[in-house]
Amino acid sequence: MKIGVKDVEYVARLARLTLSDEERDEFAVQLNDILTYMDKLNELDTKEVEPTSHAVPVKNVFRADGVRESLPREPSLGNAPEAEKGFYKVPRIIE
Amino acid sequence: MEWTRLTAHEAHEKLMKKSLSSLELTQSLYHWIKNVDSKVAAYLTLTEEEAYQQAQWADERIAKGEEVPELTGIPLALKDILCTKSMRTTCGSKILEYFRPPYDATVVRRLRESGAVFLGKVNMDEFAMGSSTENSGFGITRNPWDFNRIPGGSSGGSAAAVAADECIASLGSDTGGSVRQPAACCGVVGLKPTYGRVSRFGLVAFASSLDQIGPITKDVTDCAILMNVISGHDANDSTSVDIEVPDYKRALINDVKGMKLGIPKEYFVEGMDRDVERAVWEAIKLLEQWGASIKEVSLPHTEYAVATYYIICTAEASSNLARYDGVKYGHRARGYDGLIDMYAKTRAEGFGPEVKRRIMLGTYVLSAGYYDAYYRKAQQVRTLIKEDFDRAFEGYDALLTPTSPTPAFVIGEKVKDPLQMYLSDIFTIPVNLAGIPGVSIPCGFNGGGLPIGLQIIGKHFDEEKILRVAYTYEQRTDWHLKRPQLS
Repeated sequence: MKIGVKDVEYVARLARLTLSDEERDEFAVQLNDILTYMDKLNELDTKEVEPTSHAVPVKNVFRADGVRESLPREPSLGNAPEAEKGFYKVPRIIE
Repeated sequence: MEWTRLTAHEAHEKLMKKSLSSLELTQSLYHWIKNVDSKVAAYLTLTEEEAYQQAQWADERIAKGEEVPELTGIPLALKDILCTKSMRTTCGSKILEYFRPPYDATVVRRLRESGAVFLGKVNMDEFAMGSSTENSGFGITRNPWDFNRIPGGSSGGSAAAVAADECIASLGSDTGGSVRQPAACCGVVGLKPTYGRVSRFGLVAFASSLDQIGPITKDVTDCAILMNVISGHDANDSTSVDIEVPDYKRALINDVKGMKLGIPKEYFVEGMDRDVERAVWEAIKLLEQWGASIKEVSLPHTEYAVATYYIICTAEASSNLARYDGVKYGHRARGYDGLIDMYAKTRAEGFGPEVKRRIMLGTYVLSAGYYDAYYRKAQQVRTLIKEDFDRAFEGYDALLTPTSPTPAFVIGEKVKDPLQMYLSDIFTIPVNLAGIPGVSIPCGFNGGGLPIGLQIIGKHFDEEKILRVAYTYEQRTDWHLKRPQLS
């Protein structure tokens, strides 16, 4: 087994996902299958191979640090589940 | 002739001759949608009021005798992954059920500026994760050729809407085959451009190093017309590449004489669907008869592409989807104990099973102790896959393969076996990993009357050659003229 129920619980915590017991058990089986399939990559010796993060060369892009128009506050907050006085509202995080 | 059946270039001619108005065309499409979409279920949102305004505006410009772009007054369907200002954009997910973006995606803005009409937003696998559109949070879309079968995915709504004449053309997005595979399943044309050719600004992100927006159309000419509008550099997407965009219509040359076309032997493996193999080989032989030189070529790392892809795309997805936290937009759970619990419950309620599975997998392969074994390893194999293509293109203008190993499968067939579902993208995934362009065109039917797709792959920023091969094949065959029986 590459991944057990305890690992699934740990990863779910990292991913901020509450899983039901059924989901946890099902994911343990499925992720195990998928990760076993991925072991295929170990057939290849890649010691000398550079990793590719983008298939087309990407370089940093700069722009002048000037003032320009941005999204107004109203439509930016328009989709928030809760907003108050021009801010997003979240549960209390400081006691 | 039914107006709904028109291609964009045919409709444009009629609009110019004033034998048809955009308003009439738009009305007849909505009328047809109301007839057949209860069976196909391609649309998630219809935007009639706005569409009629756009159509009227187009008609006014044409009436004034203005020189208008080819898409002026042409009704399109947009995959629901593209942000449309103030128009609901769900990405196929319950977590974005009521989301109305405050801005347009760059491709949407460009289509608006060219005078296109938006009929509505079409269905997709949630966050574009899937090959069948069964993972949508809002129900399944059916293949117009056989309602018991999937339309492909993730742009299944786009391909089904085009095949069923519920729009003139559509835009989809392709991370591992999500434009080409549904196009093949539905018997229409779908092109994934070179990475960086089309701006991703306003495309809801799935795997940022792989995602590209591409057209799904009734023929290759429409594909070129849409490419002309959506391609080009955009300051809002720093991965869009600042090189000149050719006029893709000039690539529509009905001639393949002297072109060198490679057949990757790894794409014709034991156990592949007999009808697919037969149809694709018949297409290859025709191209040879018409003067192309055909030779076998090897892409030796093909068998590692699916494993590589599902490490990279899930890693990128787990990071991209961290933004759905119930704070800035989208669903928020009720009844939680503090901020962290709010995040976790919101995401548990809002995401479907496949999205959760991929977030879990991506989080795992990026987690401490596994990063090198999985993520870095996959990035290295990605280099090998890309080098396979670089070598092949030293001697060839384009490569020919099946788009998908099978025609459209039955709804429900692969839902319980994610690995089998992943393997249905085996011929399209390597193209995204290498960042090169690929187009799927109809090349026949199986014994059960299901369409089969031929994939033509080109080198970076060489969409012109694959369009030329596609156009030549299309002009000399009539698969693209076949339509499913719907009423």
